[in-house]
Amino acid sequence: MELYELTALELAQKLHSGEVTQQEAVEAARARIDAAQRSNNAFLTLTDPAPAADPSASPLAGVPMAYKDNICTRGVATTCASKILEGFVPCYDATVVERLTAAGAVSMGKLNMDEFAMGSTSETSHYGPVKNPWDLTRAAGGSSGGAAAAVAAGEVWYAIGSDTGGSIRQPAAYCGVTGMKPTYGTVSRYGLIAYASSLDQMGPIAKSAADCAAVLDLIQGKDPRDGTSLDAPAGGLLSSLTGDLRGKKIGLPADCFGQGLDPEVRAAVLAAAEVLKARGAQVEEFALPVMEYVVPTYYIIACAEASSNLSRFDGVKYGWRAEDYEDLTDLYCKTRTQGFGSEVKRRILLGTFVLSSGYYDAYYKKALQVKALIKKAFDEAFAKYDLLLTPVAPTTAPKLGESLTDPLKMYLSDIYTVSVNLAGLPALSMPCGFDGKGMPIGAQLIGPALGDGVVLNAAHAFQLDTGWHKKSPKGGDAQ
Amino acid sequence: MTWETVIGLETHVELATKTKIFCSCTTQFGGAPNTHCCPVCTGMPGALPVLNEKVLEFAVKAGLALNCEIRPKSRFDRKNYFYPDLPKAYQISQLYLPICYDGAVDIGGGKTIRIHEMHMEEDAGKLVHDPWLDQTRADYNRCGVPLIEIVTEPDFRSAEEVVAYLERLKETLQYLGVSDCKMQEGSLRCDVNLSVRPAGSTELGTRTEMKNLNSFKAITRAISYEARRQIERIEEGKRVIQETRRWDENKDATYAMRSKENAQDYRYFPEPDIPPLELSEEYIEGLRASQPELAQAKRARYQADWGLPVYDTEMITSQKALADFFEEVVALGAHPKQASNWIMGQVLGQLSTHGLEAKDMKLTPATLARLIALVQEGKLNRNTAVKVFEAVFADDGDVDAYIKEHGLAQVSDTALVTTVVEQVLSDNQKSVEDFKSGKEKAFGFLVGQVMRQLKGQASPAVVNQLLREKLSS
Repeated sequence: MELYELTALELAQKLHSGEVTQQEAVEAARARIDAAQRSNNAFLTLTDPAPAADPSASPLAGVPMAYKDNICTRGVATTCASKILEGFVPCYDATVVERLTAAGAVSMGKLNMDEFAMGSTSETSHYGPVKNPWDLTRAAGGSSGGAAAAVAAGEVWYAIGSDTGGSIRQPAAYCGVTGMKPTYGTVSRYGLIAYASSLDQMGPIAKSAADCAAVLDLIQGKDPRDGTSLDAPAGGLLSSLTGDLRGKKIGLPADCFGQGLDPEVRAAVLAAAEVLKARGAQVEEFALPVMEYVVPTYYIIACAEASSNLSRFDGVKYGWRAEDYEDLTDLYCKTRTQGFGSEVKRRILLGTFVLSSGYYDAYYKKALQVKALIKKAFDEAFAKYDLLLTPVAPTTAPKLGESLTDPLKMYLSDIYTVSVNLAGLPALSMPCGFDGKGMPIGAQLIGPALGDGVVLNAAHAFQLDTGWHKKSPKGGDAQ
Repeated sequence: MTWETVIGLETHVELATKTKIFCSCTTQFGGAPNTHCCPVCTGMPGALPVLNEKVLEFAVKAGLALNCEIRPKSRFDRKNYFYPDLPKAYQISQLYLPICYDGAVDIGGGKTIRIHEMHMEEDAGKLVHDPWLDQTRADYNRCGVPLIEIVTEPDFRSAEEVVAYLERLKETLQYLGVSDCKMQEGSLRCDVNLSVRPAGSTELGTRTEMKNLNSFKAITRAISYEARRQIERIEEGKRVIQETRRWDENKDATYAMRSKENAQDYRYFPEPDIPPLELSEEYIEGLRASQPELAQAKRARYQADWGLPVYDTEMITSQKALADFFEEVVALGAHPKQASNWIMGQVLGQLSTHGLEAKDMKLTPATLARLIALVQEGKLNRNTAVKVFEAVFADDGDVDAYIKEHGLAQVSDTALVTTVVEQVLSDNQKSVEDFKSGKEKAFGFLVGQVMRQLKGQASPAVVNQLLREKLSS
């Protein structure tokens, strides 16, 4: 077995026992990156990792990994895959980076993504699209497409992505890896360049639920630098994975299995339900009619916050600045017109519109009210069920170039993931099969707030009995 | 036609917290450009604001002192606009649920100004134009300095009322210790909303907003200029345009900055990075219970308990440190009126000579109390005491040691004084005769001679008494 086929925990075990040296692990990662980068474009920046991390610093010490490029890394370019942040080098590390570095993480670099995490295919990157390691003519998903592709191709053993409306879970599904968006507030957002502050959350993309649990054990926990960070107990997720699902009730929202869902995806997710049932869980269908409103609600709130969050990129203080401007207003206009891509500009304009005087009540305020209803509907569901099971996306990875021509269709494909962010819940995407074209299918497990452990344990149970997460793309590199 | 001026005020006050509102950078005024900064206050990508609890405490204290209601569930909002002194391109402020509302300030003369609301927000940076290089540079040191904005109802009818309100506001906030209210350093800034209407009318006219008013003088002059400008326009048959106007101190006039039609849409929305604030009853009541006695209450108490004249109470309470000093001197046994006289005369005099404020004074209440006691006990002549005071003021020197070292103790040995009196009488027969022939002036001369012989250390009362005895015998 090659090193890249191991899970992060398996590699860590070998590093710990001395069977593999850190140098060998880094070299293995570098070799995979060298082989795959030209074909899948997963990385934006490669760094020379400092070895010699204390091998006993944590259960993942010495394991090569990488960060999505919207996470601030001191001294390493952080661009959000945007032209407007060209040349921007943060003067500080995100809390997540600080914690992982202290835990002995070895960063190989920064990962490609949709520009400012806006997109569902990683095609809006200023630095070219990420390609799916399973089929290089298809999208890796987004916005954490680089993170999912790099893990799928065996370039790193895990990656840290961010998820505002499905940006960890959907690319993980498209690339056949496991990705987790934890409960809002359990991972500090300090140092994550904001898209939509009330929805953004960082989390791991890895090869198994157990790897995700090990990463979350290192990055969750109260951070005094993030006012929205929760004072909830952290750690202990990995050690709590038993695989025991006896007595657990899992709800299947009928509204997530209806119109628009690809039959092959539907079949694979329902088959996953059977696996969970065999592990002792009770599974039943129920109605979740709020699903009808989640996409418009999400896009109003996310775009509103984004229009404000992205205002600071004005060419005055850092990053890219337009040339040949006449005055201050012209500097702002030219820099932002030329520095942002069209999807980002579309969302800034949408957000500016819904916050404008005269429209605020009709759009933004109403969206906040619907958000509260969505949260209430999930609270009611979790009064009955321990977990919910849904598809991650209506289809498997689309062909490159198909999505951007019809943004509305792209937005609608976020239907199963965005509700989780609106309600602040933990959710995980796990591989549960392949379609006829050989593309991976993902199933989503959703838990109640702070039920991250329940979600991970169910996914772990599923992965004990299935082998989908162990499949690698053919050769895993240039095809 | 007679016109009435109607004024409302928006006052920004910098809070005297040690650190900024959302990060731990210092709030100190000045400093080399961009040295009081961090990723948070310069709005670097990914940095997040975390509310300084002290800011909340100061805001609630200010609200309580201004008789406001405190909102138990409050929150921050973002005010979005582009300007190079605002590195995030939005200011974190409070629009929808400000922390305090519905207050009232008694400005004297039976007049009360209603407070519409008071909210917390962050200050912006400063743009500095370099005429040599013809460049404008941004200094972010002031970014994130905490402010409260106090918005009144349109209750003022004159510049005098505005000044009285600001004096009261300044005094209150200084007494609370929540702001130093230094207008010259910009820690208290005022926007004036002004309209005019025919006297007796109850409808409000179209208002203008004046900015850049940073002294009481500027406020007074700007109000009188702007009221006259509006009245003249209306009398000429023109309309007042709702707009923002800038006061130009050098030209003594206001100039239009932007009209309402061009007003910016700030696209306010709830700040998602800061959770809503929830203040418990205990928190609010705890702060209410710990509020210090304010100047107005002190003045009333000094008059009622110690019979001090109104003038004295105003002088003493003009600075909180001075009032505290006064109360301690009295607590150490000094007679209140005597303590007051010393403070209004010598203490304020020395502060002015040394260019100090009361809070920076080294002199302790014990030193002044000791001096007052020595005079009271007849051990020190009042004039000598003043000299001792001036000598010990700067470094809070030891009164008794100074008196001993300079031999200043009052001569209370009657035998010695009698000898000197007899000597003076025999040396000045002419004056004795003048006195006896009814020239009262000669008596003063003789007193002066005795005091001179005794180097001013005798009790004037004793000298008077002995002289009269000898002259009449």
